[in-house]
Amino acid sequence: MTTLVRRHIADHGQSTGVMIGVLLLILLGTLRYDNFASLYNLSSFLNYNAMFVLITMGMCLVIMTGGIDLSVGTVAALSSVTAAGFSAHGLEVALPVGVLTGLAAGALNAFMIVIMRIPPFIATLATLLAAKGTALVISDARTVPVDWASNFTQLGMNNVAGWLPWSMLLTVVVGIALWLLVEHRPLGRVMLAAGDNEDTANLMGLSSGWARTWAYVICGGCAGLAGVFLASGFGAGQPLEGLGWELTAIASVVVGGTLLTGGRGSIPASVAGALMLGLIFNLLNFENGLGTFNLSAYWQMVIRGAFLFIVILLQVKITRPLAGD
Amino acid sequence: MKITSSTASPAATPAPRLRVRLRHSGPLLALLLLIGFNALITPNFLSMQTLSVNITQVATIAIVAMGMTLVIATGGIDLSVGAVMALAGAIVPLIFLSSAGQDFPLIMTLIAIIAALGVATLCGLFNGMLVSRFGVQPIVATLILFISGRGLAQVLTNGNLQTFDNPMFEYLGAGRLLGAPIQGWLVMLIAAIAVFVVSRTRFGRYLLASGGNPRAAELAGVPVARVRMIAYTLCALLAGLAGMISVAINSASDAARNGQLMELDAIAAAVVGGALLQGGRAPFIGVIIGAAIIQLVRYTLLANGVPDEVALIVKAAIIVAAVYLQSLRGGH
Amino acid sequence: MQPLLDIQGVRKQFGKTLALEDARLTIQRGEVHALIGQNGAGKSTLIKVLTGVHQRDGGDITFNDQPCLFSRPAQAQEAGIATIYQELNLVGLRSVTENIVMGREPRRLGGFIDWKRAHQQASDILAGLGVDIDVRRPLEEYSTAIQQLVAIARAVSRDAMLVIMDEPTSSLDESEVLQLFEAIRRLQQRGTAVLYVSHFLDELFEICDHVTIMRNGAWVADHAISDTRKAVLVADMLGKDVNDIETHGATDFGGALEPVGELLFEARDIATRRHLRCASLQVHRGEIVGLAGLLGSGRTEVARAVFGMDALSDGQMSLEGGSYRPVNASAAIHQGIALLAEDRKREGIVADLSVRENLTLSILPSLCKGVQIDHEAERKLVEHYIEALQIKVSDMDQPIRELSGGNQQKVLLARWLATEPQLLILDEPTRGVDIGARQEIQRIIQDYRAQGGAVLLISSEFDELIEGAHRVVVMHEGRSIDTLNNPGLTESTLVAALSGGQPPTSDDGRGMQKASVRPSTSRETQA
Repeated sequence: MTTLVRRHIADHGQSTGVMIGVLLLILLGTLRYDNFASLYNLSSFLNYNAMFVLITMGMCLVIMTGGIDLSVGTVAALSSVTAAGFSAHGLEVALPVGVLTGLAAGALNAFMIVIMRIPPFIATLATLLAAKGTALVISDARTVPVDWASNFTQLGMNNVAGWLPWSMLLTVVVGIALWLLVEHRPLGRVMLAAGDNEDTANLMGLSSGWARTWAYVICGGCAGLAGVFLASGFGAGQPLEGLGWELTAIASVVVGGTLLTGGRGSIPASVAGALMLGLIFNLLNFENGLGTFNLSAYWQMVIRGAFLFIVILLQVKITRPLAGD
Repeated sequence: MKITSSTASPAATPAPRLRVRLRHSGPLLALLLLIGFNALITPNFLSMQTLSVNITQVATIAIVAMGMTLVIATGGIDLSVGAVMALAGAIVPLIFLSSAGQDFPLIMTLIAIIAALGVATLCGLFNGMLVSRFGVQPIVATLILFISGRGLAQVLTNGNLQTFDNPMFEYLGAGRLLGAPIQGWLVMLIAAIAVFVVSRTRFGRYLLASGGNPRAAELAGVPVARVRMIAYTLCALLAGLAGMISVAINSASDAARNGQLMELDAIAAAVVGGALLQGGRAPFIGVIIGAAIIQLVRYTLLANGVPDEVALIVKAAIIVAAVYLQSLRGGH
Repeated sequence: MQPLLDIQGVRKQFGKTLALEDARLTIQRGEVHALIGQNGAGKSTLIKVLTGVHQRDGGDITFNDQPCLFSRPAQAQEAGIATIYQELNLVGLRSVTENIVMGREPRRLGGFIDWKRAHQQASDILAGLGVDIDVRRPLEEYSTAIQQLVAIARAVSRDAMLVIMDEPTSSLDESEVLQLFEAIRRLQQRGTAVLYVSHFLDELFEICDHVTIMRNGAWVADHAISDTRKAVLVADMLGKDVNDIETHGATDFGGALEPVGELLFEARDIATRRHLRCASLQVHRGEIVGLAGLLGSGRTEVARAVFGMDALSDGQMSLEGGSYRPVNASAAIHQGIALLAEDRKREGIVADLSVRENLTLSILPSLCKGVQIDHEAERKLVEHYIEALQIKVSDMDQPIRELSGGNQQKVLLARWLATEPQLLILDEPTRGVDIGARQEIQRIIQDYRAQGGAVLLISSEFDELIEGAHRVVVMHEGRSIDTLNNPGLTESTLVAALSGGQPPTSDDGRGMQKASVRPSTSRETQA
């Protein structure tokens, strides 16, 4: 019975912990800083983090299948360029173009990984380089200004009801769809089974190759949409952005309690992980504003790393006793 | 087993031998083709000038890639090499540009180099500790320093570009020995030591066994945790050295850019050179050839008017082709 | 009536290796059909060809009146063939329900999985097999036995007409085997045929109707189980004359058991956190001590504790009169202990390294001159062992993965013998090894013992224990419950002791004086 309890903690404890952590951070921010709970901060926080939440969810799918996708950052950058390039035609054209760019990159990853059997780490590393190269080539290594006359920037700059950014609203919709996929659709269950043990899943007659293909394609699509948000929110396609995003996404998934070994994963917990990393940034900015001490932007990277370190140590502490069973 | 065992007898032996030779000759062949292609197409390719430019460029990649090869041989990966380069590269000028450095330039430059290598070593110990004692997955473990290492370098330098004029230290980047850049000699020296260690010493054997089958190695009395620890430490040490070289070449240290994306180049060089990501193989010569290929492709394209961006795409294609060929040849 | 499955003249080649030459198999509807043969006889290949994992190179397969050629496991499953593999069974992190219904989940409007109905279906099917468990928990929380029954439940949910079971009992204890047999009988009542692959011949007589024997990739014979006896099956498998088998043993252990030397190793009331509760044993120089017990009885755990892999939570060990408490495998090796682990692939060989490198892995420190390995000395040592143990290799730099199982095992034995251990622990040293290599390995063990070495021999093979061991310590549920002396050891005393009951006194006079004259066929008499 104690094993079951411990296993439960190992399964869900960290996800719950992260969600509680997010709430505590919000509470701390609200009590300590005057403008933290303002609509302005809320909407800019949600807007900025929509991109990271998206790629984190895509990454979560891929990690569930036992893989990894290093290309999400540069794919987002590439999509921001293509979307910005089509911005004159309006959101209804530019958005699909950006998402399709991401889906194509995801399909390329899937092809290399599932058909050519190249290890995910290498295949997506290649896509990282290729996407960066392509983005630089088609943008001539400069930012690509969007057409301000079109409705393109509304997605990244306007809010619904005055506080909920369109980007976050779309992200929430995608998130719900992905959650349903993972928890309640056979395809999502096969993704988990394939990540647990691919050979077994195949022997059970499940098409795990198909499931893995979808995971990479969806992950690419999420990166593509994040790229559209990037272009729309900053008013330009950013060919040089996105470096290190993949690792932020991996860190968010890990903070959310999903190990990289595959076969497990939770969309809500990963989202909580991404929000937690974002909140830490946000709070540090406010702390700087208070002027009690001044941390340069560089410190934030150090603190993020240290935070990840602490989370990993906690994970080791929780999962270690199980290893002895 | 009867049927299979009969085929494992003498008749079948030429096959594996041939495979071994092919594995090593593939990258070499590609390199020779590249050189031949350039000799025909690229103007002024066969000159000392071109050679030393390329050696200078390839040296940092090769040094980091050899460290990466050690880690990959244990079945791990080190994402933090670029950040460690930045950190080591930031510390050196920080020390010899200080007031004490102005008063005692010689001693403080030496101290600076030792301190930088020391910090790099500490980074490696940190990675190795997480991986071997705490059992954290290598990607996640080295992600910590990847994120915070560069930040730390920027904190130390306040994000400033540090320019300097220190001939002794700059020798590391611009010096020549027998007409060839000093880094080229350094690469050869490190490679010679690495090849010797892997093929001739106990540690080398332990390294391959730990990567090939850690559980079996452990039960055979191999100190797997220590081997991993040493591999990560050496990898970080070499990254630190490469970080200093790249700072010395530029006579300036920019913590934001030093070693950026180096982890990718190093992994690419290792993989193109024949290292297996699942571990158990440490082909150092191949890895140097891999680094040379990656550098030469970039050079070829640039020299022929193809922009650097396209080189990225070509690099991606080379990596995929190399791994695909490796898997076709049946390295599991 | 047409048979359910009819396989005729199937061939399969892997590169130059002919794995199946003339495989035949005919199974009637609703029968339990056994498929037996030595390792490498082609049973697994035949199953994989039948289930679409491999494609055959020739021959005909008819299933359910249809000629069939499955290119993927999924097609075979669609056609009604379900396979329960030895290892890779199901996905452990997913719930029991999912493992049963996955691929055919009951859906709700919109294509979403109807979890409530799925759980209900899963519990119902399991109940039909006599299993009552919480189907919502991850499968990995249950025992191997339950996992196997879940795999059968999956087959039932697919309305499989043929269920293939590959070594289903190899990791089950006695009561679990009974539970499995019960499930098989229920399958049979539903009209489902079962193809039963097993090494344990006694089981066949309990559960099977027919038996097909394979050797060297080809069909040898089939019998109705009621018309045959065990000696015939063994003879068919080995390709030998029945009478031969019945007068000589099948193992090479034996000869007079010599008196043993002084006490070398002693464990008193040792316990670890890994299912080892309280075990005591002694090993003398020149002695082979057997360690017998069912799976999960703590045999392997004793080995792990002695070899320093698990820390003691209680009790003491002594070596050569001094206290002995190794902190890890390395420390144990330094004190002269060696462990030949059971799982050769995972815990023994480093597949990509050469025979030479594998063989010397444990004694590298003593082969070093300064920091360098003395290659001359290394080669000499390896040559010596290749010759002494008759290891079949093309040359010592051949990768070990290219060797047969028996030769790999010999290399690993050489690895340990080279450390000149005082105590050699062998965990199932002849498992998965063909009979020729098995005898040679047993001879090597005897030679080592004859030179004063001490051996702790873990084995599931009664013959090996009875013919090889001076004494057998019996483990049951993590405790050492008895020590049986040899001579005087018989199969019946062992069986009685293993099941944890009071064994009959070991020196009841009926024991054999010389183990080698004991016919290995004594197992039949029980069947």
